[in-house]
Order: sequence, then C-alpha cells, then structure tokens
Amino acid sequence: MSVAGINVLVEETRAAQARAATPLLSVRGVSTFYGSIQALKGVDLDVNEGEIVALIGANGAGKSTLMMTIFGSPQARQGSITYAGRDITKMPTHEIARLNLAQSPEGRRIFPRMTVRENLQMGAAVNGGRHFAEDLEKVCTLFPRLKERIDQRGGTMSGGEQQMLAIARALMSRPRLLLLDEPSLGLAPLVVKQIFNAVRELNRTDGLTVFIVEQNAYHALKLAHRGYVMVTGTITMSGTGKALLDDPQVKAAYLEGGQH
Amino acid sequence: MAQGSTLPAAAASGTRREASALPEIVKDAALFALVTFGLSIPIVAIRTDLGQGTGLYLTTRWGLVAALCGAVFVLRLIQRLVMLRVGQSRLAAQEKQAASGLAAPVGRLAASLGPLTLGLALGLPFIAVIGGGGLSEGRYWIDLGILILTYVMLGWGLNIVVGLAGLLDLGYVAFYAVGAYTYALCSTVFGLSFWVCLPVAGLFAAAFGVLLGFPVLRLRGDYLAIVTLAFGEIIRLVLINWVDFSGGAAGISSIPRASFFGIPFTAGEGGFASTFGLDFNPMHRVVFLYYLILALALITNLVTLRMRRLPLGRAWEALREDEIACTSLGIDTTMTKLTAFALGAMFAGFAGSFFAVRQGFVSPESFNFLESAIILAIVVLGGMGSQIGVAIAAIVMVGAPELLRNLGFLRAVFGEGFDPNEYRLLLFGLAMVAMMVWRPRGLISDREPSIRLGKAAR
Repeated sequence: MSVAGINVLVEETRAAQARAATPLLSVRGVSTFYGSIQALKGVDLDVNEGEIVALIGANGAGKSTLMMTIFGSPQARQGSITYAGRDITKMPTHEIARLNLAQSPEGRRIFPRMTVRENLQMGAAVNGGRHFAEDLEKVCTLFPRLKERIDQRGGTMSGGEQQMLAIARALMSRPRLLLLDEPSLGLAPLVVKQIFNAVRELNRTDGLTVFIVEQNAYHALKLAHRGYVMVTGTITMSGTGKALLDDPQVKAAYLEGGQH
Repeated sequence: MAQGSTLPAAAASGTRREASALPEIVKDAALFALVTFGLSIPIVAIRTDLGQGTGLYLTTRWGLVAALCGAVFVLRLIQRLVMLRVGQSRLAAQEKQAASGLAAPVGRLAASLGPLTLGLALGLPFIAVIGGGGLSEGRYWIDLGILILTYVMLGWGLNIVVGLAGLLDLGYVAFYAVGAYTYALCSTVFGLSFWVCLPVAGLFAAAFGVLLGFPVLRLRGDYLAIVTLAFGEIIRLVLINWVDFSGGAAGISSIPRASFFGIPFTAGEGGFASTFGLDFNPMHRVVFLYYLILALALITNLVTLRMRRLPLGRAWEALREDEIACTSLGIDTTMTKLTAFALGAMFAGFAGSFFAVRQGFVSPESFNFLESAIILAIVVLGGMGSQIGVAIAAIVMVGAPELLRNLGFLRAVFGEGFDPNEYRLLLFGLAMVAMMVWRPRGLISDREPSIRLGKAAR
C-alpha cells in the first residue's frame, strides 16, 4: 500500500472516530448465567469506532463469557447489547456474525482438515465470497506465513500459524468490529508480538475497531487505547491502556511475575 | 480381547529396531495364539450335534483349534515383521509429505483408481457376457453388479450426511424405504410409470428428511444417532402395522417393471426387442437395470462432487469440523444440516424406487436396521467423505460375501460339514478389527481439498 493510501486511511479513521458520538458496541448491565451459576454480574462496557479496547482479567473472571455473550451464545439474561445502533441481545449467533462483526474464538477453532484457503473461504461465506481474491491478497500480506501454507491443511500448522489463520478468517468477512478471544494463548512470545503487531497495523491503516480479551495483560494493555479489568464477573477498573499499565493495583495483580 | 492389545503394540512397533524387537515379536505372537486358544475353547473346540433321539452329541475338534492357533501365530508374526519394515519407510514418507504438504501416495492411487473403477463398471455387462459365453450366463455377475451399485449409491448418499456434514444417521434405510414404497404405491394404486415416480420418490424422501431433521438437528453426535435409529425403526413398524396402506408384513407385490423410457421389455409387438430389431431376451431388462443404477449412482457422485465446491458443500464440511466456529462465521447451522439431510434422503429415495422396480416386490423386512448398519459401515470403512473409498468399501462389503460362496473347495480341508457362508460375520468382524488397526480413518482417509492452487490460479 502506498504512503498516500495509508494517509487517506488514517484520515478516514480519524473522521470515523470523530463521528463516534455513540459507541459502536455498547454493553449495558449484562448478566449471563450458566444454569443457576451467574458468570457475568451487570457488565457495562463500550467500544468506540476506531478503537482497540482490551479486557483483562484472571482465569475464570468471565472474560470469554462476555465475548460469547456479545456473540449470542449464551444469551444475556439481563441487560442489553447494542451494536451499530441495533439491539443484538437476543439475536442468534449466525445473524450477529452477518452484521460486519467478526470473531476469532477462544482456542482458535479453525477447520483442521480443510486447507488454509478453504478456511478463508469459510470466513468469506458471509458476504458470498464477493471480494475473495482481493481480501485473500490482503490477509496474505498481513500474515505472509499463510500465503506459504495456502494449500496446507489447517490442522497441520503450528499454533501461531493457526492463530493467524483464525484472525485472517475473521477478517475475510470485512468486519467493522473484530473480537479477539485470547489470541496469545499458548504461543511463543515472538509469535505473540507478530500477531499483536498485525492487529495494531489493521487498526492503524484500516481503522478496524478491535475488542480483545486477554490474560496477557502487559501486551494487551500496551496495544489497547483503552482497557477494562474484570474480576469475577464485574468490571472493577477501566481507563486508557497506559493508565492501567501504570496502575499499582493492576501491576500487582496482573503484571508481576513478568509477563513481559 | 485380542484387538485391545494390538493397538499400542502396533503403534510402538514402527519405532523399534528389528533385531532387538524379534524376541518381543515372537512373544507377542505367542500371546495372540494363546488368546486364540482361550477364545476357541468355547467357540470352536466342541461341536454339538443333535442326536437321533433327544440329547446332544459332543464332538471335539482339537485339530481345528490347533490349526487356528497356528494360523494366528504365523499371521501375527508376519504382520509385526511387515509393519516393522513398513513403519520405517512410512515415517520417511510422512516427513516428505508433510514437507511438501501435497497429495499423499494414497491420494494419487485414489485418483487413478476412480477412472479404473468407472471403466470396469461401464464395461461389466460386456465382460460378464463375453466371460460367461452368452447373455443369460453372465446374469450372475450383472445381478451382483446391480446389488453392489445400489449400495454404492446408498453409500454415496449417506456420505453427504455422515461423511461431509458429520451427522451420524443410523436410520438412513428409512428414506430408502420411503422411496421404495413411494414407487410401489404410486405404480400399483395410481398406475404411474417409473419415470414419473422416480423424481416423486426422491422428493418424498427429501421431505421426510426435512420432517425428521427439523426437530432433531439441534441434537448432536450420540443423541442424533439414537433419534435417527428410532426413526428408521418407526418407519419400518408403520409399514408393518398399517396394513391398509402398505400391505403390512406381506408387502406389496407385482409392482410394474421398468420400461425403456416407455417401451416395455416384453417379447411381443412394440416391446424393446422388436422395436430395436433384436431377438427377445429377458436379459435386456437386467442389463438396462444395471445401467440405470449405474447412471443414478454416478449422478449422486457428480452432485456430491459439485456440491463440495459450492459454498453450501463447504459449509457441510466446516460443520463436520467445528460447529461453533461455523455459527461464529455466520453460517445458519440448522439450514445447512437440513439441506444435507434432505439431499442425502433424496438419493436414498431414488435408490429405493430403483430397488422396488428391480425386485417387483417390497416388504418391510428389506429395510431393517442391518441395512442401515451396512450402509454406514460402507461409509465409515471407505473413509468418511471419500467418494472412491465408499465405492471400494461397497464392493468389498457386498461383493466379498458372494466370494464366500465360491470357497467350496475348502471343504477338502475342513471336512464335509464346512460351509464358508457361516463365517461371513466372523470375517466381517475380522475385517473391521483389521481396519481399526491399519486404517482407523477409513480406506481413503485423505481428504481431497475442494480447491487447489492450480485451479484457483486460472
């Protein structure tokens, strides 16, 4: 992409941010239950257009549950979720996925016996594969490893490559908002860096809005414009990524022990 | 039992050195022989015959037991030694294959196997006629061909549901029955011809597929299997008990025969033979039926191959791989499953009406659970999703029992009372165990990608 092209996109991103008087995704008082167990206790959260927002927290805090609740499975018992002005609280998952809202699910969930190309075709299924060649080119530029392995079965690739594939597959639907669930899970630090750089790049050049759920608090908060901290189903803290990184409480709870 | 111990042993054998492994292999083979001995005491060693009056006469057959144990010992020895060698070379081959990421030798073999099998299928009646020395003499082989092709078609149909979409359907025979009874009833009650009934039977079976699919497709795996199993039985029981509708257990007989697109296969004026200036021969109909089922099976195959390249077919396969990922990519899993179910059912319906027109008689007994199990076994043994694998499995599963009939010479070895046919299920079981050990994912387990670089680059 030319420098001029990037500049235009940066302008567009800023314009989009300026327009974002109402957040792109807004979660209000959401409670989710697994049977009688309450996993989320009235969560409030906003993601503005053009932002990277990180949600950090310990194991079992409910981060992934929130991610899945946004995507409609399980559905929230109380509260509301609004995306681009539409109430999606009670919408079935596959319909939510058709609203320019893409998810790279926890554990990657690529199709192991299908090739990289077929996996990407599945990602483009939402828009009927209209811009497939163009988008394929784009994700291959973003993750050159995928281009090398385009006809290889997804299941035969390394964890990092599978994560790249999961993100690339989500990008094939040309989302406005990308939800990433623990992209660093089980990956080597160098690969984590690559993936986070790619996400930053996407946000910078395309103005893609990203909501990322992470245990790797250091990397996530460094990447994010804003962050939220979740403890046992409630948001306990929020602020800019930098402010949270410097916060003594966050430091003590999530950053000691050297994730970085 | 015996097969339990083969798995870890087989997995380990490839990595060991031959010389050091030899005593271990002999010990392993001896253990197998011992297990065989233990098993054969209650099963083989003592034979019971009904006496003249009351009571049973016991005859011991220690010679046979010894022969069995010896055979198992030698076979296991050979198996282990062969696997040791194959294991080494396979490891090397796998590394190569992983590096290139392209088709395995098996895939290439399968590619050449397809046209070969097709050629054989097309030429079978001619081969049978020439080999047998006349139309009527070749009948046995053509009939066997029809039987095998029916199962190939059913296997391909079920492959859409089980192999591609990954929905375990144990009641597939229900749709086969729906197709058969649709033709039987439409032709005997309304006098409709086969060519009208064929699409109707397909649509009807598909409708039943949707009807069953709607409530049960939210179930997964084992639960779906149980419900489909029940559905298969329900259809059969309805056919048995609703006597006014289906004729009950007696079935429906004197179903009109197939015509050559309107020209009947009769001896007289206006029949097939006189229209085409041939001498009348009842075999014309059989050969016609053969090519009919071949055409139907090939249509099933073509549709499946075509579907795999379409978004819907790809969605089926994705569904088999990961349902949750599918929903998160915006795929309506219920609709996707329903279409797979309906399409699979439709082909079973076609096959069913072919079955009815060929037999001229249908009864509920033709559609019991064993049929479902055989069709499913064909799909699983063939390698889920592999078209050529299913075809080969059908040939083996349906054709092999026929071979047993020709093993009469073994009586010279095992004595006069030996009937090879009685060992059908035993061999069946042995084949299954062998498959589990050597090719646990089916004969052709390599999934052929629906699209490759060469094709996409065009």
